[in-house]
Amino acid sequence: MPMRIGADPFKDRVEKGLNDAFMRNSVRSAQERLYGKRLDAAEELGSWEDWRNLGEEIRSHTLENLDYYLYELSEKMEENGGHVYFAKTAEDANHYIQEVVKRKNGKKIIKSKSMVTEEISMNEALESLGCEVIESDLGEYILQIDDHDPPSHIVVPALHKNKSQIRDVFKEKLGYLNTDKPEELTLFAREKLREEFLSADIGITGCNFAVAESGTITLVTNEGNARLATTLPQTQITVMGMERIVPTWEELDVMISLLSRSAVGQKLTTYVTALTGPKATLEGDGPEEFHLVIVDNGRSNMIGTKFQEALHCIRCAACINVCPVYRHVGGHGYGSIYPGPIGAVISPLLGGYEEYGELPFASTLCAACTDACPVKIPLHELLNKHRKKMIEGKGLTAEKIAMRGFQYGTTLPILYQVGTKLAPFLSLPFQTNGFLTKGPGPLKAWTTIRDMPAPNNERFRDWFQKRQKEDLGE
Amino acid sequence: MSEQILNRESFLSSLAQKLGRSTPKTVEIPKWKHQPQWEVLKNTSQDELVTVFKKQCETIHTDVIETEKEQLADVIKERIEAYNGNSISTWNDKRFDQYGIFSKTEAMIHAWDPRMKDNVNVAEQADIGITFCDLALAESGTVVLFSNEEQGRSVSLLPTTYIALVPKSLIVPRMSQAARIIHHRNKAGEFPATCVNFISGPSNSADIEMNLVVGVHGPIKTTYIIISDL
Repeated sequence: MPMRIGADPFKDRVEKGLNDAFMRNSVRSAQERLYGKRLDAAEELGSWEDWRNLGEEIRSHTLENLDYYLYELSEKMEENGGHVYFAKTAEDANHYIQEVVKRKNGKKIIKSKSMVTEEISMNEALESLGCEVIESDLGEYILQIDDHDPPSHIVVPALHKNKSQIRDVFKEKLGYLNTDKPEELTLFAREKLREEFLSADIGITGCNFAVAESGTITLVTNEGNARLATTLPQTQITVMGMERIVPTWEELDVMISLLSRSAVGQKLTTYVTALTGPKATLEGDGPEEFHLVIVDNGRSNMIGTKFQEALHCIRCAACINVCPVYRHVGGHGYGSIYPGPIGAVISPLLGGYEEYGELPFASTLCAACTDACPVKIPLHELLNKHRKKMIEGKGLTAEKIAMRGFQYGTTLPILYQVGTKLAPFLSLPFQTNGFLTKGPGPLKAWTTIRDMPAPNNERFRDWFQKRQKEDLGE
Repeated sequence: MSEQILNRESFLSSLAQKLGRSTPKTVEIPKWKHQPQWEVLKNTSQDELVTVFKKQCETIHTDVIETEKEQLADVIKERIEAYNGNSISTWNDKRFDQYGIFSKTEAMIHAWDPRMKDNVNVAEQADIGITFCDLALAESGTVVLFSNEEQGRSVSLLPTTYIALVPKSLIVPRMSQAARIIHHRNKAGEFPATCVNFISGPSNSADIEMNLVVGVHGPIKTTYIIISDL
C-alpha cells in the first residue's frame, strides 16, 4: 500500500468519516482509553517532564549527528555479518529487497508491522514478483484479508472495524465458523498464522530503534509476531526509516520506555526483541542471512530545515490519541498512512504539498499534540509553519489561508463563537479528558456530531488572531 | 567499502551536506541534563525488588511463585500439571540437573540441542517451554533472555505456555540497569547475544475493538518462578 490511501478528495473523505458513527465511536473510545492509560503510566513514573526533556535531548543529539551514527551502525552490522543497503528512494529500497528475495528464491514472506514498508509500497513490489506477502500483526492481518483495507491508526490499524465485520471477513475469506468473540477470532488468527510462520522463506520487519554502538535492531510488540518473523525464516530483511536510531543501549532504554508508555500505557511492551546480526553458526534458530535496508525517501529534505524536529518522532501515536480533528474524521480522512497531527506534519514533507497540502489546515492548532508528544516535537508550530510556507509559496493571502483553514478544520459555528466568552466558566462539568462530550443548550446539536475541544481561558478567535500576527511578523 | 555495505558514501555525504558540515570522525555523547531513569526504584533492597516484580505480574497476566532451590522440583511438577504439560522444551542448561528440577515430573523433557535438526519442531509441538532468565526487571515484570547455541529463541516462544525461572539475585530495578550492563559488555567487546529478548508476560493483543485478548502469537499463559536462594 502506498503512503496515499483512497482516491477521494479531502472534503469527501472528511464527510465520510463524519458520517461513520461506528468509526467515530471507536475512535473516541480508543482515544480515551489510550489517553487515560498514557496519563496513568506517566503519572505513575513521576517526573514525566524530565523523561520528555531527556527524550528530546537524545533525539536532537542523534539527528544532529545522524550521518555519524548511521556510519557506526553500518560498520557494526557488517562486523556482525549482516548486510546494509542505504536506499535514497522507495524504488531503490524495493529494488534491493526484490533482488534479495529473488536470490533466495523466496516465495512466501511473513511480515511484522512496519509503517515504512507501507510507505514505500513494498508489498506490491514483492507481489509483482509472484510472492505471497503475509501481514502477521493481528490488526494488519485483518485488513489484508479484507482486500487490503487501509489502516486507520498507526498503533491500532483496524480500529475502524467492529468484531462482527471482522467475523464476516474471516468467514468469507478463510472459512471461519465461530462467533464474533475477540478471543475466538484471535485464536483462529493465531492458528492460521502459525502455519504461515512455519512455512515462510523470508521474514520482513520494520525497526523501532537501531542501536549504533552494537549494530542492533530492536522490535517492540505485544503479540510476539516480530519474534516469530525473526526466529523461523532463514532470511531476515529489516527496513528502517533512517532516523530510527539511538547511539547506545543506554539511550535505547529511554526511548523504549517513552514509546511503551506513550503508545499503550505499558511500562514495557510484552516483547522487546534486540537482534544483532544473523544467528551465530552453532545456534539452532534465527536467520542465517540478515539484511538491513535504511530508507531516506524524502526524510533528508527535513534535515537542516525548520522541520527537522519532525524526524524526532518515535511513532507512538500519542498525538493522534489526543487530537480533536482525528477524533472526528478518523484515520482515513487524512488520506495518508500517517494520520493525525504527526501525519499532517510529515505527509506533506514526504509526499509534497500538491498531494497533502490540505492536511496542515485540518487542525485546530489546539496544541494538545505538542503537550502529548514524549519527545516534545512542537507539532502545532510545525503545522503552522507549513501554512506559512504555503502562503509564501503560492502567493495566497493570509486571509484566504485562514478561510481555508476555517473551512476544513477550525470552523466554529456562530453560536459557539458567541458563547465562548463565558464558556471557560460554564463548561467544566461537561468535560472528559479535556473534551466537551455533551454540550449545554445551543452546543448540543453541535456536540452530537462532534466533541469540541474544551475552551481555554483565552478565546480561540483571539488566540488565532494573535497567532497570525505573531506569525506574519516573524 | 565491502559488498556488505552498499550506497553508503553518497547517502551519508548528502546528509552531512544538509547538516552543513562534514561527517565527524568521533562524536561524544553528551552528559544528559535530565536522567530520571536512575531515580526509579533507587536504593531499593533485593527483597523490595521482589515485591515490585511480583506486584507487576498481576498487571501483565502472569502467575508468580516464590520458592527455594529445595522445593523447585515440587513446584515445577505442580506447574507442569496445572498446564497439562506432557511435552516440555527447555534450554540445554546444567542448572536443570544441578538442582534436580525435573526429578519429580513425568513429562517428556526435550533439551535444546543445536546439533539436532528438528529442535524448532520439537519446541513447536511442546506444551510448555521452560528456561532460566539471564536478568529480570522489577518495574516491568520482565525476564531478559540471551540467545546462544544452548539457549534457543524458540523455547520461550513456540510452546503454548511458558515458565521462566528467575534467580532472585538477577532482579534489577528496570531496563536501565540491564541496558547499562549490555552497553558495558559491548564496549568490552563481549556483546552478550545475537538475540536479546525482554519478555513481560504472555503475548496479547487489543486489535479487535480494543478488547484485550491474552495469547496471540507467543505463549498463551506464563508463570515466573522466583528462586529466592539463587
